[in-house]
Amino acid sequence: MNTELMKERWRRNWYKFSRNPLSILGLAVVLAIILIAIFADFFAPYPEHAFVFVDFKNAKRPPCWQYLCGTDMAGRDILSRIFFGFRYSLVMAVSVLSVATPPGVLLGLVAGYMRDTWVDIAIMRVADVFLSVPSMVLALAVCSMLEPTLYNAMLAVTVMWWPWYTRLVYGAASSIKNEYFVQAAEVTGASTFHILFGEIFPNCLSTIFTKMTLDVGWVILIGSTLSFVGLGAQPPTPDLGTMVSDGSKYIPAQWWISLFPALFIVVIILGFNLLGDGVRDMLAGD
Amino acid sequence: MNIKKYVAYRLISSFFVLFGLSLLIFSLSRLVPGDPARLALGPMAPQWAVDKLRAQLHLDEPVYIQYIYWVTNVFRGDLGQSLVTRRGVFNDIFEFFPATFELVIFSVILSTSLAIILGVTSGKYANSLWDNIVRVTSYVGIAIPSFVWAIMSVFIFGYLLRWFPTLGRLSSGVVMPTKVTGLLLVDSLIAGRLGVFRDAFYHMILPGTSLVISRLAQEARITRASVVENLHKDYIMAARSFGIPERTITLKYLLKPSLIPTVAIMGMDIAGSMGGSFIVETIFNWPGLGRYGMSAMLSNDINAIVGVVMLIGVFFAFMNILVDLITAYLDPRIMMKLRGG
Repeated sequence: MNTELMKERWRRNWYKFSRNPLSILGLAVVLAIILIAIFADFFAPYPEHAFVFVDFKNAKRPPCWQYLCGTDMAGRDILSRIFFGFRYSLVMAVSVLSVATPPGVLLGLVAGYMRDTWVDIAIMRVADVFLSVPSMVLALAVCSMLEPTLYNAMLAVTVMWWPWYTRLVYGAASSIKNEYFVQAAEVTGASTFHILFGEIFPNCLSTIFTKMTLDVGWVILIGSTLSFVGLGAQPPTPDLGTMVSDGSKYIPAQWWISLFPALFIVVIILGFNLLGDGVRDMLAGD
Repeated sequence: MNIKKYVAYRLISSFFVLFGLSLLIFSLSRLVPGDPARLALGPMAPQWAVDKLRAQLHLDEPVYIQYIYWVTNVFRGDLGQSLVTRRGVFNDIFEFFPATFELVIFSVILSTSLAIILGVTSGKYANSLWDNIVRVTSYVGIAIPSFVWAIMSVFIFGYLLRWFPTLGRLSSGVVMPTKVTGLLLVDSLIAGRLGVFRDAFYHMILPGTSLVISRLAQEARITRASVVENLHKDYIMAARSFGIPERTITLKYLLKPSLIPTVAIMGMDIAGSMGGSFIVETIFNWPGLGRYGMSAMLSNDINAIVGVVMLIGVFFAFMNILVDLITAYLDPRIMMKLRGG
């Protein structure tokens, strides 16, 4: 593909994407969150408050100009901790999706291409087993059997996430395999590897990419839920879910301790959902 | 394939999937770091007691032997003993399940009916002010995790406005109605005690909405989209040109095809609510399976974890079959495929 065509395609995609103001809003929110997460030390009003820090003189201060979101039971600035919390949410989403997607996609490709053989049956039934209980239940169960750390929470979410990609790609691959260009490749004696990755895979890419952007919000949601129940990141890590759960003991008198982190969880997920919808509309029918 | 054959086929394949699930969850539970017997008895228990419990649980034998013991017991209706409550897991589940079932069904009915009302009204009057309000609200609603809504609603509706109670299934001092089904709404009606019915209903509002908040928003969007899609179809135009009242068109011709996607994801809803119930029941101190499962998970009660996960798997499988049958009933095309093979 020449560069001129590439440029043209990007221009058209951007046009489709930017027509919806909500997609732009989503993009802006996501970019802001990524920037804040990377440069949390710079943006946070009190970066030293993120981890272990005690200042009982200023504990449980309601929101004011000095502490925009108030302070928690140890006197730490909540807004600063939220900014650092963005890091953990993003790390969670990026690592889960980048680990769960490749095997999920690979299995889906193979099963879809070898439809109605024992390979298909074996792969898809195993995927069915993983999808036979609600994802949250499986993630909680796996998590509870491991040491409660952020790393293990990611592992648990990854374990339950790959089958969704297998199922998605399976559907796409088993219909693409009947297209003429795949049959042509088969007739000319192309290797299975080439057919899987050279012919079928590129045609699944936009579906996979759309699902990945739409999934970021879900991974963050599940991750924050796990740390909310104490099976994810442990204190003093400034994780948003942990902050909500720690602060919930102080409701209603010190509502800000848990309500602001909770609000920002909603903002992150909302941002990624809006962006994901925009990407989906952009790639649809392409 | 006819309906009976279809159901039989689904039941058999669910059986195999559940068998796989039991293998998965059982072997995972045996990989727990640390000694489950020691964890159950506490650090002060004498070594001989721990050894006795280990022997009782067959923990010293290879995992596959343990699994065979477990499976044979399951077919006798025995899921083993909870290491925490010291009672049979099956009894525990039997006792806690109705509370969760009631809450999940309540929340799914609530979310589906609200979503249909919101989706149809906003789709019918697309791009009106009401439509825009519904769309923006549902965008935000989708992004709210159930624990966030639980915390917020406890604060807003429980403490600030004092509209709804925030703990348990009944107010303290209210006597439980005689147990018939275990569902308080049903039991209180059977006993003819409307006051208890009202109290139980009020207690369900906050946990019920927390379970479904994001699904409700999602469903409203899906319903709206399919209403908008069907609104301009020829048969609606035809009905209108025949002079059929707008009300009849909406309720009879527009509603049914527009509901198919909404009903089709009800299975996912029930799954979501079951998953959410672990967290929501813990927050609202709801004495159900979710809270039981959550505390089992936090205390490494392996028999209880395996039991709860398996029960949810069974429940989920049945619900999915049921939902598919309802979808087939609503959508004649699917029905024809089932009938015609």
